[in-house]
Order: sequence, then structure tokens, then C-alpha cells
Amino acid sequence: MRLPPQPDERIDREAAIPFTFHGSRVTGFAGDTIASALFGEGQRVYSRSFKYHRARGLLCCSGNCPNCMMRVDGVPNVRTCVTPLHEGAKVEAQNFWGSLDHDLLTLTDKVGGPFTPVGFYYRTMIRPRRAWPLYERFLRSVAGLGKVEKHGGRTRRYDVEHRRADVLVVGASEAGVESAREAAGREGRVVLVDNGLDPLPDLEGVEAVRGTAIGVYEGGLVPVDAGTVLHRYRAGRVVVAAGAIEQPLLFPGNDLVGVVLPEAVRRLVGRWSLRPGARAVVVSADQRGLETVSLLEQAGTEVAEAVDLRTTRVREIAARGRGGRVASVELDGKKLDCDLLVMSGGRQPAYALLAHAGASVEYDPGRGIFLTSAIPQGVDAVGAAAGDGVAAAAPSATYNGASGKGKCFVCICEDVTDKDVKRAIAEGFDSIELAKRYTTVTMGPCQGKLCHLPSIRLYARENETDEASIGTTTARPPWQPVELGLLAGRPHEPAQRTSIHHRHKELGAKMMWTGTWRRPHSYGDPSGEAKNVHDALGVIDVSTLGKLVVRGPDAAAFLERLYPNRFGDMKTGRIRYGVLGSDAGRIMDDGTIARLAEEDYYVTTTSTGAGAVLEWFEWWNAVWGLDVGIANVTGALAAVNVAGPHARELMSRLTDLDVSNDAFTYLDAKHAHVAGVPSLVLRIGFVGELGYEIHFPSPYGEHVWNSILERGADLGALPFGLEPQRILRLEKMHILVGQDTDSESNVFEASMPWIAKMDKDDFVGKWSLERVQERGFREQLVGFEMANGVVPPEGGQIVVDGRPGGRVTSSRWSQHLGKAIGMGWVPPELAEDGAEIAIKVDGSVERAHVRLRPFFDPDGEHLRT
Amino acid sequence: MSFLLPCPNCGPRPVDEFSCAGEVTVRPQGAPSLRELTSYLYFKRNVAGVQREWWCHRLGCEAWFTAERDTRTNEVLSIDVPEPAGPAAPDAPPLPDTPAV
Repeated sequence: MRLPPQPDERIDREAAIPFTFHGSRVTGFAGDTIASALFGEGQRVYSRSFKYHRARGLLCCSGNCPNCMMRVDGVPNVRTCVTPLHEGAKVEAQNFWGSLDHDLLTLTDKVGGPFTPVGFYYRTMIRPRRAWPLYERFLRSVAGLGKVEKHGGRTRRYDVEHRRADVLVVGASEAGVESAREAAGREGRVVLVDNGLDPLPDLEGVEAVRGTAIGVYEGGLVPVDAGTVLHRYRAGRVVVAAGAIEQPLLFPGNDLVGVVLPEAVRRLVGRWSLRPGARAVVVSADQRGLETVSLLEQAGTEVAEAVDLRTTRVREIAARGRGGRVASVELDGKKLDCDLLVMSGGRQPAYALLAHAGASVEYDPGRGIFLTSAIPQGVDAVGAAAGDGVAAAAPSATYNGASGKGKCFVCICEDVTDKDVKRAIAEGFDSIELAKRYTTVTMGPCQGKLCHLPSIRLYARENETDEASIGTTTARPPWQPVELGLLAGRPHEPAQRTSIHHRHKELGAKMMWTGTWRRPHSYGDPSGEAKNVHDALGVIDVSTLGKLVVRGPDAAAFLERLYPNRFGDMKTGRIRYGVLGSDAGRIMDDGTIARLAEEDYYVTTTSTGAGAVLEWFEWWNAVWGLDVGIANVTGALAAVNVAGPHARELMSRLTDLDVSNDAFTYLDAKHAHVAGVPSLVLRIGFVGELGYEIHFPSPYGEHVWNSILERGADLGALPFGLEPQRILRLEKMHILVGQDTDSESNVFEASMPWIAKMDKDDFVGKWSLERVQERGFREQLVGFEMANGVVPPEGGQIVVDGRPGGRVTSSRWSQHLGKAIGMGWVPPELAEDGAEIAIKVDGSVERAHVRLRPFFDPDGEHLRT
Repeated sequence: MSFLLPCPNCGPRPVDEFSCAGEVTVRPQGAPSLRELTSYLYFKRNVAGVQREWWCHRLGCEAWFTAERDTRTNEVLSIDVPEPAGPAAPDAPPLPDTPAV
């Protein structure tokens, strides 16, 4: 039922909006919020409270308290009093068993009182000990408010936008609008952010944005919650005009349905033409509360009594309820029947954003509020947020909860009563920060908006001190509840594809992630693909390899300093394997380095290490200042590796190079045209067979790939993926950095001592490697083959004398060798060819034998012929 | 951490575009003792105050530079770009002419 049209009403009575509440069809008007429409339909109970499941109704009607939180269209914890109604909205109340009006869990309120103080589950539910899992399951099922659908799909899409503002004004209050108007046209881009229900003000030169500023971070970063978009504003100057927040009074029954703050009356009557109750009592410590009297009369509500606590001394206030709704109020024993109780404890400036920015917060005993001072540069406070015209003197009538009957709530979000707070103090939680964490006051959805000031007053009173010495707790963002999806944003996972990507898909490749790259895992038959490399000819896309050009008069010296190997003595056109280490001697990356000219090196890195290696190179060169330049050509060049006994025949068809073993030997690098494309051809053999790695401009990726498959068709040319490549490299005992090595591995213990040229004057990591030589090995990376063909899990345990003594880093079944093979770290005394080790596989222990030389072609004849 | 860091090439940018390589250390010369080595590797001064540190504009121009930053307030007092030794930056990677396919 609505009142006759009110002078400033914001509803359009012509535009009915149907929606559903618990499946029933109900109607509101355009201009309604969900809560006001439900109020119009006669709904008074909106939710059940956090712990005691007490009935709760509209209290602040301003989006501060938790009472109106409902599930809307599947989204839990929506504050319906500030959520505009939309057609077809599916609205459901939260946190009850049974029904909203008859919640079975109100039992906790009726009988649970003495058994459910703060932290009750750690006190009353500890015995018998073995029953804790049962308790826990029950507690978890009843804890919390809204429920997230565990298996629900993604219903909303969230985005993050980065925006700039020279001046960002938070709050379209009078003072906020004034600040924006002043700044407009003088201070560049002026943005006004407001989360109210009224239309945004249209000011010249001001961009008005609907949203909630949820925090102020350093560097003028202000995230603004705009529903499904988070605007990350970088502001030169932030003006906080967030206003002030009406404070409740503390008395028994202060949470009953029908106990409201003045703004609720203002909005219900003035905005939505709703009669808040039939008979009202007003108890107010400021003018705002008293101002509701005329509004109530206007709405036809009988005002039984209006008490100004500033002039009338009331010792005890107590509200009595029936069925969770207020039925009467006792003022010093005088009983007044009513179904509406307007309480006002004054207002507290909304200082949270200022505190985030680093302002200090102090209690002003004269006005009874917390005020900010020492506001940092670049941040201003205006209007009520700065304390203008705001006061919240503490009336002596409140905080007498202990003497009255019924619960007196300090914190309605978390259902914390004055008794809980007193008990916490009695237990020794005398510091406000500790008491906060123990009682959880200020930690609920309102984030202290309604409980911070009253709770600190109560602490002060109980500790017989003043509020100023109690101090305040740290305000942290977010200042308003935020949907988690908004903080996560849309997943921006960059995906890198090689220029041959689409051919892989056409060939039926199963794709996988390696770092940010998409690569073919295999084309359906990893074993078969590996076998084809041994028997005929395989081709793999290795465009993902990091590729760096290092050039300049000091290029050789630069690489000599960075790598443990030697590069200065390399002949032009030759290739060397290099392992990059840190000054702590740890293996960072590996790859091949080709000397293309006297002052020109071509460095390849692992697929995932390219960025880190480039950064590493650039950093050291910033330190050394050598005459060398580094260019990253990873994306510019594609690369494919052709390997297998027929690789030479294929290359002779694709190039006019003399590919005979004498003219183009193992570890040679040559420029050539491959299938007409100018390329750099490296003869290397990661997979153990005669192989050529062809590097060429990316745009020709598909052309070169197709040419290889077409011209090599009669040679048995087939593509192979990453998985077969891993089998093949394991047969050769070639390490994968990051797989076989970790952040503790060095080249000595990783069984590559030949890499480190310890007679060099200096290289990055030399001293640490000397230390490893001095102290002796602690473990060593070796190969192993299983005695009876079981493939152990990667990461599995190597058992020495019944105790964990090492770990498996790689393991595969090799079809070609007919063996289960692997690599792993073992104690140095077991690093001997043929030594027997034991590996845990599925709980049982399997025997294996250590191998120090490659399983396949240990002398590298296949590579060299 | 959401302060703005002035990149020598790109100007003030959000700090999450950069990678920080920690305080500027002095790499020992010659043959350091074990103590010198471990001090260099593991013992940082970790001051509460102004510290010189290495930064790289990783998601921008990729330049390395040092910055003097107050670790208590994240105020950046100055930045410095190490002097290159000579004009040796390679040109763009050689992209060959369109081949005759």
C-alpha cells in the first residue's frame, strides 16, 4: 500500500515492475529499490541475523547495514535497499532454515544465549574431541549469510578499466558537488563519483560516474565499484565528500524489526510514499531524529512520543518485541505501544577513505565523533566527511543494556551484544585491536559504519577511561562490500601462438600450455611420433624458443662473463651449448649459442625463459656497461626442428647447401635459403637423431612447415609434439631446466661439470661454484632405468636405506628402448653407473639402476653422422 | 604497493609495470672470501629509509635504471640511468627480402 502522492516522491505509479520474491509474483514501481517494493508489498522481515537468526528488517535504508541483504538473480548478499528494482528480478531472502518468517535456527536465540558467546565454537564445542568434525560440519553449514552456488556457472562478466582524473570527487553531497564545480575548468579532468539513488548532477566540465569508491591507495589510486566494472582511477587529487553515517543507540531490543534510523523514515516516506508504521516513538540525540516527526505525521503515522535525549534525561530505554517485531518501548519504565521506533545517536563522519589515504583519526570528546587530521597531500575532505555540522554526543540513556532484559546489540552484522564486549574486556582483551579480532565487532558487512563508534564508547565506559585513550582500529579497504568477481576481473591470460598454430590444429594436435605459449602436446600418438623420429623423419615447431641477438665489439666478452662456458674462442659458424647461472651458482636457463660473425652471436633460450633471460642480460649490461647490444627476436623468427635419419636427405631437397657431413658438421650454423626462405640453420640434436633447427622470419611459418611435410612425405616426414620430444630428450638424458633442475641446482651437481670453465678469470656464479667444489656434492642428477618397467611418478621419492634420499624429476616409457627411464637426484655416493636405487611407486618400492650416460646413443654417433 | 615510479623513458607509470631487482649491491672483486661472497649474495641492508635499488620497466620499454626510494613512504627521490659504454645497440633484426617461393 502506498500513501497518496507525496511532494518529492521518486516512484512512477504508471510504471509497474513485476518481479518475484521466493517465487511469488509481486510488483513495484519504477523508482523503487528492491527493498522499497517489498516494503510496499507488506514485507517487514528482510533477513535472519548472522548468529541468532533473529528477524531483521530495514534499519538504515542507506546501504550501510546488513539487514536487507538478499539473493538477487543468484547473486548473494545484495543490499536490496540501494539496488534499483528491475523487471523479472528473482529475489530470495537468506540465512534461514525453514522459512524467513519461521526460521528454525532462531533456537540459537532462544536457548543458545549462554552457550554461544563470542568464539563459542572453540569453548563449548571442544568436547568430546573426536566429535569436532561433526560440529565443524554443522557450523560450516550454518555460518555465513548468502550462499554461493557451488556448481553454478558464470553468470556475470566483470571488467577492469584504468582511468585517469586530475581531480576525483567522492560523493555528490552538496560539498562534493561544490568542490567539483570549483575544480571544473581549472584543474583538468574532473570526475565526480557517487553511489546514491538520485540522478547524477549534470555539471559543466565534470564527468559524473555512478559507482562506489571502495578505497584510497597510494599514488592516488581509487578503485570505483561500478557494478560489473571496476574503474581503477589514478587521481592527481582526491576530494572525499562521503558524508556522515547515522549512528544507532544501544539498548535492549535495538535490533527488532521496526527499529529504524531517521534516514529510513526519510526515504520510505519521502522517496517511496510508504507508511513506515502505524504508531511511532522517536528517541533522538540530534535534530535529524526529531525532524522525522513531521514526516511521520505527514504519512499518517501516529507519533506516540518524541524524546530529545539532549534535553530529556532518560536512564533506561528498552524495546520489547513480539515475533521479532517491536511492540512497545519502555522509557524509564513508561511503556509505550508502538510498531515503529526511530532512534538516532547522531552522525559520524565517513572517514574511512581518508584513513586509507593515511590521515590520522582522533576522537573529539566535545562532539562525540572521530575526526581526521593530518590528511596527506593530494587528499582533501569536505562537508560532513570533514566533520562539518556533525555531532554524535553520547546520551547517557544508552549502554544500559545489562540492566534491561533482552539482547542489546553493539554489532548487528555479527550479532555481538554488549555482554560479549564486556566479557571480552573481562577476559583481558583490553587493546581495541585485539578486542576487535576477538569479538569481530566492525568486521562484518558494514565494516564498522554502525558499530565502530558505539563499540569504542562501550570499551571506554567499561574500561573506565575515555574514547580518546581507547583509540581506533585501522581502516582498510574495501570500504563497501565488493563482489569477488569484480576484484578478480576478467581473466586476462595472454596466450602466445606460433605462426604455425593453425596448421597444428588442422593436423589434429592436442594443444597444451607451456608458460604463455600454446604448443602441440602431440598429434595423437606420442610413442609413434617419437618412433618416427628414430626411424624416419620428424618435424617439430620450436618457434617458442627464446631468441636473442647479442652484437657488438664486446659481445664475446659479455657472454664470457655471463656464462660459465667459453665463447671467445668459438669459430664463426659454430654452436655451443650454454647453461646460464646466477651468482649463487644456480642454473637459470639453458640453450645454444651460435657465433654468426666475430661480433655477432645468436642465443636461444628455453621457451618459458626468454623474458627472464633478456631481462638478465640487460641488467648485467646495465651494470657492466659493455659495448654490446641485445635484441629480442623471439617473436620475429619462427623455428622448426627436423630430426631423424632422413633429415639430411630432406635438407638437400629444401636447400642448395652442401649438407654432406663434412661440409655441414654437427654444431655448425649456416645461413641458407630453406624452401626459398632465408634462414639460419643450426645442426643440433636435442632429440638425439641427426637434426637441423631452421630459424626464419615468422610470417613464413606455414610455408616452411608445409614444404617440409610435402617434400619429405616419401621420407616419412611427420610432425611430432612436445610429449614425444620429452621422451626423446630423456633418452638422451638432456635436462629440462625447471623440470630436472630447481632453484638449488648447480651445473656440478647437475652432472654437467664440463660446462664450467673454472680457469676463467670471472663469470657470474664462479665463486659459488668454487664453493660447491670445496664443500663437495650433496646430491647429484643422474639417469636411471627401472628394473621391471614400471614408470615412477615425476616428483616421486627415491628411497635410500628406508628413508627419503632423493627424487624423480622426469620419467617416461621409452618405446624405442623398451624400458622405463628417468632422471632424478640421488645422494652422491649412489651416482655411479649401475648403482641400485629404490623408487616409491604407488606405495610399493621398485628397483632401478643408475645410468650416467645417455640411454640412447651414448656416444652421439647418430648426431654426428 | 600502488605508487607511481618515474621510468626514464616513459615517465611516471604504475609500479606493477616494473620489476624490482632489490637494492643495489656491490659485487666483490677478485677472489672473495666465503664471508664476502655470502654477504654479497644473501645479506641485504634492508633499510627503513632511503635505498638505492634496481628497477626494470618490464611491461614497458624494458630499460634498467636505479631509483632512490624511501622504503617507508614509497617516495621516489631520484632515478639514474647507467651510462652505456658505446653506441653498439644492434639494429632491428635483419628481416630478409621476400623470398621467391
